Amino acid sequence: MLNKFPLWKNLMVIVILAMAALYALPNIYGEDYAVQISASRNATVDTQTLGTVEQTLEDIAIQPKGVVLEEGQILVRVNSDAEQLQARDALLRALGTNYIVALNLAPATPDWLADIGGTPMKLGLDLRGGVHFLMEVDMAEATRKIQDQMRDTVRGELREERIRSTSIRRDDSDVVVQLRTDEDYAAAESYLNNRYPGYTLVEDEATRTLRLRMTEAKLKETQDYAISQNVTILRNRVNELGVAEPVVQRQGADRIVVQLPGVQDTARAKEILGATATLEFRMVDDENSVYEAEQGRVPFGSELFPNRNGGNTLLKEDVILTGDHIVNATSGFDENQRPQVSISLDGAGGDKMSLATRDNVGKPMATLFIEFKATGERDENDRIIFERNAEVINVATIQSRLGNNFRITGINSQQEAQNLALLLRAGALIAPIQIVEERTLGPSLGKENIELGTQAIIWGFLLVIIFMVIYYKKFGLVANLALTANLVLIIGVMSMIPGATLTLPGMAGIVLTVGMAVDANVLIFERIREEIKAKRSPQQAIHHGYDSAFSTIMDANVTTLIVAIILFAIGTGPVKGFAVTLAIGIITSMFTAIVGTRAVINAVWGGKRIDKLSV
Amino acid sequence: MHEIIKTDKTLPFMRFRFGAWVLSAVLVIASIVSLSVNQLNWGLDFTGGTVIEVGYENSADLPAIRDTLDANGFGGAVVQNFGTQQDVLIRIEPQEGVKAQELGNQILSLLRQSSDDQIEMRRIEFVGPQVGDELTEQGGLAMLTALLCILVYIALRFEWRLALGAVGALAHDVILTLGLFSFLGLEFDLTVLAALLAVIGYSINDTVVVCDRIRENFRKYHKYTAQETIDGALTDTMSRTVITSLTTILVLLALFFLGGQLIHGFATALLFGVIIGTYSSIYIASSLAFALGVSREDLMPPEIEKEGEDLEPLP
Repeated sequence: MLNKFPLWKNLMVIVILAMAALYALPNIYGEDYAVQISASRNATVDTQTLGTVEQTLEDIAIQPKGVVLEEGQILVRVNSDAEQLQARDALLRALGTNYIVALNLAPATPDWLADIGGTPMKLGLDLRGGVHFLMEVDMAEATRKIQDQMRDTVRGELREERIRSTSIRRDDSDVVVQLRTDEDYAAAESYLNNRYPGYTLVEDEATRTLRLRMTEAKLKETQDYAISQNVTILRNRVNELGVAEPVVQRQGADRIVVQLPGVQDTARAKEILGATATLEFRMVDDENSVYEAEQGRVPFGSELFPNRNGGNTLLKEDVILTGDHIVNATSGFDENQRPQVSISLDGAGGDKMSLATRDNVGKPMATLFIEFKATGERDENDRIIFERNAEVINVATIQSRLGNNFRITGINSQQEAQNLALLLRAGALIAPIQIVEERTLGPSLGKENIELGTQAIIWGFLLVIIFMVIYYKKFGLVANLALTANLVLIIGVMSMIPGATLTLPGMAGIVLTVGMAVDANVLIFERIREEIKAKRSPQQAIHHGYDSAFSTIMDANVTTLIVAIILFAIGTGPVKGFAVTLAIGIITSMFTAIVGTRAVINAVWGGKRIDKLSV
Repeated sequence: MHEIIKTDKTLPFMRFRFGAWVLSAVLVIASIVSLSVNQLNWGLDFTGGTVIEVGYENSADLPAIRDTLDANGFGGAVVQNFGTQQDVLIRIEPQEGVKAQELGNQILSLLRQSSDDQIEMRRIEFVGPQVGDELTEQGGLAMLTALLCILVYIALRFEWRLALGAVGALAHDVILTLGLFSFLGLEFDLTVLAALLAVIGYSINDTVVVCDRIRENFRKYHKYTAQETIDGALTDTMSRTVITSLTTILVLLALFFLGGQLIHGFATALLFGVIIGTYSSIYIASSLAFALGVSREDLMPPEIEKEGEDLEPLP
């Protein structure tokens, strides 16, 4: 008998390997130092910007490797990291704050390769440096905020319906309405019943109390909304920081992962990302006495807040406007050289503001600065307890009806004005967050890790190759071919899968795969040796060797694959990287060891009569 | 033809099984004792806290660094060299207070103020205690899930006695590796957990190959006793077991010596685990199945397949 592969099988092996080699290719070209320019809010990146960029680079005598305008971004490639910093600083000065100028590494893949989708493997933070944050969102605050809005809505609607209540307040996660008379109770009950989707009405006729309680579904919806809103806002803030290729992702029920490659200054990143500062505009309650309120007799419908002069200010509970309606904010100075923030509102915000100020000309309005700080303690549900700090930063008399644009003063310093403007631009977090995990890696350690990982792979590979040739001779050479093909396949597949990231444990996974991948060939070759000992002809030995080893190889690899999948499911970050390379390695090694080596062996020994096998 | 084992004769593995059991029992008990006395040196990933790795230009003066930290209220900090004389690793236990996540930067600037050397920030990691607890729980859960999934898969593909033998061998490997880490006081972090799962993966690979041969030989040779059949299967797979272990150990040695400090624990766990895994798949897995009374009848293919005798026997 002879061992031959049909043409299609040989072709399949060749095509798969060629594809893998092609997509693995971008990894050997490396990366260029680059500066990436994109627009922030009120600007666009166009050919005019391109002109400015080129002119700026010429002025500081930098010869860029390339300057391209693509998808609303300009990418400037330069020759060294020193040039990169120089170019970034110069461009930042030339373009002003409307543009985001970020340091980046751009793959130096040739155009023809990039055109067919060839990109190098994505490197994890442990290989390229940067910072990883895991943040926990305060869910209690998210529901509290929604319920405060609900309270205001109910209050307004009952007033319009002329139903009189003693008090309407929020109690934990319920809105509680206390009615004055039985008639009012009946009217309120029939009005509120089934009025708000997502709420159930709990009635208590004896005390004339109605409770609006969130349903489980509504609660979950509120929390989902809080997370996704926070993710959006964190993304805006990360963009304001000027980071190339950031990752902002939800993880689990109440956590968000933020990864900022290349960022070293974690202090500023944390200050901006974690800040919960926002503004509220409210009318000042000037009909009641602040002194009375300070003694604990806060009038119904008002709240007492500290102000910056060390005293207190009494404000109405109703909020005219929150920070959500702010579309742009810039810092500057007023006529008296005091820091100020100019604010633009969206349409809805402008309407609200103009409506509220129309009837209140001549009355004082306050700007309330609200910030959440983590106390470092946890409640019985193991949630972080946040402290809400609210402070009146200015009170101004409304001179005329306000519209979409106005400004606020009373800010302590220019730095504070700048940060406040940035935070208002990026949007306020809907619920406060706290960093529960942080990993920062310097760029030098990243480079060192790549070198160490590569060294380990190369040496491991060489040792195995030498061993296989000594032990199995010519068949060992075939196994080595398969091992090489396997490495190319792993790198090719890793480069092709968009979500796959190479980490240091991932590189360890490749090393381990190199050692274990020969196992399939060892099994096959040992079987062939046995068959030869059992006096079979060489061709029969090859045939039976492959056949009888097949199911063993499958069983052994499926069980290892189960482990890799479990590792992937529970692992985070680097460990996930290990699971990915391990799983890919198992699958590719089965292909190269079973199909790949058979193709070579069939082609070399399979087509002719032979008496001896070199195995 | 190079051969590691001359396979003309069947080697009497099972005859030594009592010796192996005593050895394994002693090692397992020693591991458990060490685990309960020394416990594991849990890494940052599991305990929470802050780790700062800095690089000095010249050799770092560890006592001076300790003094600086002591003077600024970080008395509990562990300061040690990491890999080289220039590299310093500082570890601080989780502390009550708000500013835990700012600790890293604080300490970095403290060190910079107190030394004339250029100090390079290499790594700052902060893990909240909450996250640590969750990781410990998830890690344990992953280990159990892996063992359970493998138990089910082998029970379905082979037979329950072999499955129990295989999982017993895996548990043996995990306990011994944990015992080694506890005995030597090596740090147990997330990468070591990953390595432990990889050890499970490797060891099961080995065990499956042996089980596969045991089943095949039971079906092929009818005249031998169970003990002779198992001995035969172990002999047949012996050279494969040794060669694969050898190539794996070769690459792990490369990883151990060249992979750097960050995956040293990972390489150590795998290196030890692979050696133990090789031993356990020979002695523990098959002798456990043997003790449980695995026999030819348990491994014969189901009746239906006997109709087509000319077909290849299904695996």
